[in-house]
Amino acid sequence: MTPSPTADVARDAQITATRTLARTRWRVAAVLTLLMVGVYFGFILLVAYRPALLGGLVSDGLSLGIVLGVLVIVSAWVLTLIYVQWANRVYDPALAALRAMPGSETAARQPPGGAR
Amino acid sequence: MTLGTPDPVAIGFFAVFIAITLGITYWAARRTKTPDHFYAAGRSVTAGQNGFALAGDYMSAASFLGIAGLVSTSGFDGLIYSTGWLVGWPVVLFLIAEPLRNLGRYTFADVVASRLDPMPVRISATIGTLATIAFYLIAQMVGAGSLIRLLFGIPYETAVVIVGCAMMAYVLFGGMLATTWVQIVKAVLLLGGAATLAIMVLAKFGFDPRALFAAAAAKYGSGVLAPGKLVSNPLDAISLGMALMFGTAGLPHILMRFYTVPDARTARRSVFIATGLIGLFYLMTFILGFGAMVLVTPEAIKAIDAGGNMAAPMLAELLGGRAFFGFIAAVAFATILAVVAGLALSGAAAISHDIWASVIRKGHPKPGEEIKVARIATVVLALVAMALGIAFKGQNVAFMVGLAFAIAASANFPALVLSVFWRRTTTAGAASSMIVGATSTLVLIALSPAVQIDLLHHATAIFPLKNPALVTIPLSFATGIVVSLLRRDPASEARHEAIETRLLLGAD
Repeated sequence: MTPSPTADVARDAQITATRTLARTRWRVAAVLTLLMVGVYFGFILLVAYRPALLGGLVSDGLSLGIVLGVLVIVSAWVLTLIYVQWANRVYDPALAALRAMPGSETAARQPPGGAR
Repeated sequence: MTLGTPDPVAIGFFAVFIAITLGITYWAARRTKTPDHFYAAGRSVTAGQNGFALAGDYMSAASFLGIAGLVSTSGFDGLIYSTGWLVGWPVVLFLIAEPLRNLGRYTFADVVASRLDPMPVRISATIGTLATIAFYLIAQMVGAGSLIRLLFGIPYETAVVIVGCAMMAYVLFGGMLATTWVQIVKAVLLLGGAATLAIMVLAKFGFDPRALFAAAAAKYGSGVLAPGKLVSNPLDAISLGMALMFGTAGLPHILMRFYTVPDARTARRSVFIATGLIGLFYLMTFILGFGAMVLVTPEAIKAIDAGGNMAAPMLAELLGGRAFFGFIAAVAFATILAVVAGLALSGAAAISHDIWASVIRKGHPKPGEEIKVARIATVVLALVAMALGIAFKGQNVAFMVGLAFAIAASANFPALVLSVFWRRTTTAGAASSMIVGATSTLVLIALSPAVQIDLLHHATAIFPLKNPALVTIPLSFATGIVVSLLRRDPASEARHEAIETRLLLGAD
């Protein structure tokens, strides 16, 4: 069967929208990953090359190293929270819009490769 | 101190844990009929349940007893490990969890194979999976044997056989549903036990961690609050950090959990919950370690076990008496058991789903055959795990967990990322990345100080780093990219478009 020209247009629009959203998701994921890598290896490099600095006391009983170590853990929490918030507010509605597009049925019916 | 003698309270608590988990297994067995149930718990697990199960799979006895012990004997240095074990989780969330759920069915090889030629991809992925699991299993079994001898006073071999048989029962009969609930029960017990212990410690210091740290510094010098001997070679620290960070995103038993939830959104929420729980757990072990340093003292801890592993149980006995010690000891045993069960299930899935169903039967196994092969594989893996546990008795296998992470980070993670995010990835590229990643890690570990000096007692090692991830992760990525660029595969590039849609929207 030959698809009608309108179906072709709808499918093209759907593919473009999919590609744009995939690229946005990849960009957000890459930026957040780089932030986590930067925070953690920043901490490790300080431990490795500036141990004396990290041994300095911020207040009684609290060294800078402990504060920064705890901050690495907190930053992991904050970055995951930022991602989940972005996904809930931006990504999920965009996915819903994509699903509702007229061309989406054609695209979603690609053979499932993982089952091969 | 009564460590090393049979302890009725500890054994009683452990018997209760075994009874409850076998009850769960009986319940799960009646619902485990198809591969979807066996590998993926019928995709019925909620975000909260999977968050606890992920945390349960990840928080091994090595991190509970090991990190508390490390902190109790060397202070700050334990925090280097704690942060390393945690920072892999955001990476899993950002890069792996949702694509994995949308593109695969049971194993991570499903994802890599989704637009490539499945045969070479699945065979190479199975090599990486089984190598990761083998080293992880050895570390857990040997740890189980020696810890349980100290905690319960039962012989090493008996402990290894108990762990092997219980794990086999969970996986064989209850599949992923039983394994998931064993993880959840264990995670709740472990977090509850650690939190109670941490609160008891803090109560002694007016609920001010600074007072605890100050007491430690007053007793053992302010050096315990600063980086110490652990990081003598900066490159070693960076290499270990890379293995921990990217290895988490390549651990087969962790990746498999994302198939147990109904959709990508649930997978996402479950990693968020797991990251919160695991981070909290590491903060608590840091408090426990310092508590043990001040209250139990490093001398007493090292007198019982040179590695410091008994710090948390000894602290429990000091603060909560025999009953609490028994509880913590039982939790440590349960922890090993649950982690081992998760590992065995993911190994069985690689053998039955990736090799038997997809390669030997070319994707068309006879009805009921795949699950039968998975069960046979479970029995074989349990027997191999027990044999390895007994064979490695008395060896220092602590480096093997780091090695398992290095293999996962070098063999599994690069191929997974390249195949999902890079259009030009070819079958040859992904397969060679996995094979080069796995073999280079194994070879460099064999040449490293951990094996050459610590294990074989040679004077020097050919390769200077204890953990090879600094070399092998970039090598694996470079191999995948260069091999893909050498020969283009237009068919696979064309399929990437369909993959992109499915990556976002899922298969349904």
